[in-house]
Amino acid sequence: MAVLAQATTDEIAAALAALGPPPAHVEVRPAETGLVMVRGRIGGDGAPFNLGEATATRCAVQLASGEIGFGYVLGRDGDKARLAALADALWQSADYQMAVEQNVVGPLRARQHARLARSRDETAATKVDFFTLVRGDN
Amino acid sequence: MYVAVKGGERAIDNAHRLLEQKRRGDPAVPELTLEQISEQLALACDRVMAEGSLYDRELAALAVKQARGDLVEAIFLVRAYRTTLPRFGASEPIDTGAMEIRRRISAAFKDLPGGQVLGPTFDYTHRLLDTTLGESPSPRLRGEGRERSERGEGDSPHSRAPGDPPSPGAFGADLSAQAGRGESSAMPRVTDILGNDGLIEPCPPGEADAPVGDLTRAPLTFPAARDLRLQNLARGDEGFLLALGYSTQRGYGRTHPFAGEIRLGEVEVEFMAEEVGFAVPLGAITVTECQMINQFHGSSTEPPQFTRGYGLAFGHCERKVMAMALVDRALRADDLGEERKGPAQNEEFVLSHSDNVQATGFVEHLKLPHYVDFQSELVLIRRMRAEIAAAGETQREAAE
Repeated sequence: MAVLAQATTDEIAAALAALGPPPAHVEVRPAETGLVMVRGRIGGDGAPFNLGEATATRCAVQLASGEIGFGYVLGRDGDKARLAALADALWQSADYQMAVEQNVVGPLRARQHARLARSRDETAATKVDFFTLVRGDN
Repeated sequence: MYVAVKGGERAIDNAHRLLEQKRRGDPAVPELTLEQISEQLALACDRVMAEGSLYDRELAALAVKQARGDLVEAIFLVRAYRTTLPRFGASEPIDTGAMEIRRRISAAFKDLPGGQVLGPTFDYTHRLLDTTLGESPSPRLRGEGRERSERGEGDSPHSRAPGDPPSPGAFGADLSAQAGRGESSAMPRVTDILGNDGLIEPCPPGEADAPVGDLTRAPLTFPAARDLRLQNLARGDEGFLLALGYSTQRGYGRTHPFAGEIRLGEVEVEFMAEEVGFAVPLGAITVTECQMINQFHGSSTEPPQFTRGYGLAFGHCERKVMAMALVDRALRADDLGEERKGPAQNEEFVLSHSDNVQATGFVEHLKLPHYVDFQSELVLIRRMRAEIAAAGETQREAAE
């Protein structure tokens, strides 16, 4: 679910399309957008406090074979929540789990790792070594 | 007090039409897209998210566009929008210790585990206007198209999804090639390093199920607990907090601060969804955090320890979180047994005036019709003047 949450709607749609037409499913909870109050911690590690809200969208779909999948994603994109829920449901189905892992989650994860690696390298290039100067005698 | 007035509909409609025109500006100039605002005026969007208290980049960009770049107006729009949505609940507290760090500096320790990474910063720039940015496209970006096509990258929607970094070479030098491992080193908090030796006050984690104050649900009362103070400051006006933080440095409630650590990066947001049965990862958000280390506090039973001020906000907003940390520390005067000497230490003053939506509402409401109110003032001042004139007349007659 973490991989799906980090992916874009187009990425999930393209990956799912590669699996062929999806099996019959219904939206047991249509996509709904709301707010999640994001909490931080006092001092970073202390008691929680309310930092501010974030938009989030959730959706639940059920396959004809019974599996219920949930999509919970930041933002207001109902399609993304629906696709994430479908992928989650398919992942729970024995018939699809392998295919979802190999064709959806795997490639998306690899792509996210590549993005992260690039970002980390860019950041690492700005690492500094400060040194303090000794003042002269006068 | 203002009173309702009628009429003026046509003038108001026309004023709004004129506003539309002015917002668009010269039609010969291309219109801004939300992506352009989000990507190229990123820090404006960050401020709108932080002070609008709503993390949604696209909405922030829309608000900046609609408000013609007036950020307080944009923040107002975002705050109004959030009231239209239901709240699913509260997230698990984000773990800034596990942040995917893009910038991390300490002004207290030169050599700290994980090192100092400058990231995308204005620090050390010369603050000279760069006239090449006025050319379009900017000369430094001109290599991008050529290099991409050489490497066989097309422009299909999936070749570079939004959020992917631009292709290497786009900015003259491939920064990633200079480090080239794709790994991140562990970056413990500076406060933890001091905490291990007991040199700094700890932050108690609080009781697991203790309620967390929420000023969007219950009006602020005083004295306010630190959770409420931090919520208020996190959405407070950057300019107001900056001025207050500055005032503590100039002696109005001095706290002897050091920027122990400032970090910028992405943290995962997790939400405990009852029907799923576990904390669901929703995605990552960008936050900036400041740990301010301040001068000692001790007692007859406790040896002296450094004290702390804390700043955390949505987006990349370093100035804001530094000011927030200064003000957070100043507001702890009572807790730490310090005499309140400056405005920044007065929580009722600070917390009641930090919100720029409230402030702009009350200041700008003075524009609304106060005709009846003013009429009564006019009647009053005329009567007072008449009475004084009459009294003078009587005195003069008596003297004669």
